[in-house]
Amino acid sequence: MTAAERRAEDERIRKDFPLIAEGDFAYLDNSATSQKPSSVLAAVEDYYRRSNANPLRGLYKLSVDATDRYEAARKAAGDFIGADSGEIIFTRNATESLNLVSYSYAASHLKEGDEILVAISEHHSNMLPWQNAARLTGAVIRYIECDRDGSYNTESFRAQLTNKTKIVAMAQISNVIGRENDIKAFAREAHAAGAVFVCDGAQSAPHIPVDVKDLDVDFFAFSGHKMLAPMGIGVLYGKREILEDMPPFLYGGEMIEYVTLCGATYAEVPHKFEAGTVNDGGAIGLHAAIDYINSIGFEKIEERENYLTALAMNEMKKMPYVHIIGSDDPKEHHGIITFTVDGVHPHDIAAIMDSDGVYVRAGHHCAQPLLKFLRTMSTARASIAFYNNDSDILRFTESLSGLRRKMGYAE
Amino acid sequence: MQNNTFYNEILTEHNMNPYHKHELADADLSLEGVNPSCGDDIVLSLKVADGIITDGAYTGDGCAISQASADMMLDLVIGKPKDEALRLADIFVRMIKGTASEEEIEELEEASVLRDISHMPARVKCAVLGWHTMEQMFAGGQKTPLIPKEEKPEVCHM
Repeated sequence: MTAAERRAEDERIRKDFPLIAEGDFAYLDNSATSQKPSSVLAAVEDYYRRSNANPLRGLYKLSVDATDRYEAARKAAGDFIGADSGEIIFTRNATESLNLVSYSYAASHLKEGDEILVAISEHHSNMLPWQNAARLTGAVIRYIECDRDGSYNTESFRAQLTNKTKIVAMAQISNVIGRENDIKAFAREAHAAGAVFVCDGAQSAPHIPVDVKDLDVDFFAFSGHKMLAPMGIGVLYGKREILEDMPPFLYGGEMIEYVTLCGATYAEVPHKFEAGTVNDGGAIGLHAAIDYINSIGFEKIEERENYLTALAMNEMKKMPYVHIIGSDDPKEHHGIITFTVDGVHPHDIAAIMDSDGVYVRAGHHCAQPLLKFLRTMSTARASIAFYNNDSDILRFTESLSGLRRKMGYAE
Repeated sequence: MQNNTFYNEILTEHNMNPYHKHELADADLSLEGVNPSCGDDIVLSLKVADGIITDGAYTGDGCAISQASADMMLDLVIGKPKDEALRLADIFVRMIKGTASEEEIEELEEASVLRDISHMPARVKCAVLGWHTMEQMFAGGQKTPLIPKEEKPEVCHM
């Protein structure tokens, strides 16, 4: 691809994102949340303008339309990860999805002495729900450690599995390291030991094609807002036979079949897990986001993100005082570049970059145990999306190269 | 976007070459101050005789703002009575909240360079860490909250 072709493609994509097209800044905090294309904003507005009614219970046309659009979004979310729509539960975000598994599945299936195996690189949202499940049931938690470059090997994984392991929790892509874990292989190991496999897909769903049937995971969680959809809509996939065997998570309206003063029978999966009025506008926004991603295609998304990540890492490697966490290979980062700068605290990095119009994250990235394991308290992170361009990256590396001087160092 | 005027020479100088960042033998008072959410972690030590702060030092890690602020605070309070130090700490905290007067802010000398932190809410706790630690120390407080320092256990019993 020539530089001119790439610039034309940049322009085509960036005009779809109002905040990117109009803002004078380099937005490099995409792992925290993505920007939203006009088509998503329009779909949400269109729903509230033309179809708004309480879905799933109305007996009039408007409510039936609202329900149809909600269920069409469920179908799209299922197709997006290779699942049947009946196995898709809408939640607020990946965190709520993982809490649903912990409160509903774990609390009803674990007993004292059982073990939950958690990858040490997990985001707090795939760690704390398991600590809570252990507290509720008397189960214990074991952690699988990664190598210094963030990779997990099958031997150390297998070594932590025992006949008491009932749940294994691991992200497909770590939000700090950016490396893709071989979920298919680890899920196979977990199943051989009799455990269910819970996969956090919050950082993978926006960047790589996911097929939950091929991975053979039992649960898969992701957030809409990290993949172009509005905040407040997320997805939990669960294998149907497991979902059917789980008690409800939240109790209330829209999840029941029949209620008496002493009890109730519950609606079928997935409605059993969607108590209360649902986020139809959010689901419709997610549907539009999936359509947009499909119109670009993951092949193109990965090509652009790999190109930009390589550009950034090449520039960063020229600065001896900058250290990148994880692999040397840009393709193993999925747009996530976590780094430190000698002598400059990450919060100072982010504040100085802010004054250069470069927006990055700094801190523990909700993964304190991992950073402690890697012997660093906090780091800075630039995370790239396909709508970033060369000038975003060069604005970032330019700011990075001036940091130490601004903090009083000679270079 | 020039909202980070606090990264000036005074601040970077105190961060790069802190005068008071060292161990203090025979300290009368010593207290750890921690911002768990961002990892700023200092130990403040003071020598106090007849109600006068005769010497002070700190050790620890954290961002430039937390470290330089503690260093500037010690510059200001060493040699002053305890009550005067607490009065200045109160002015500093109010400066960060945007409620101190110009006359008061002048009393803070170099520490007044942190006045613009009030526009960066996420960094307020960095700026006040040393000052709060001193206030807690004089109030006879314990460090809060603790960051657990233990090694990873084989399994975690909840």
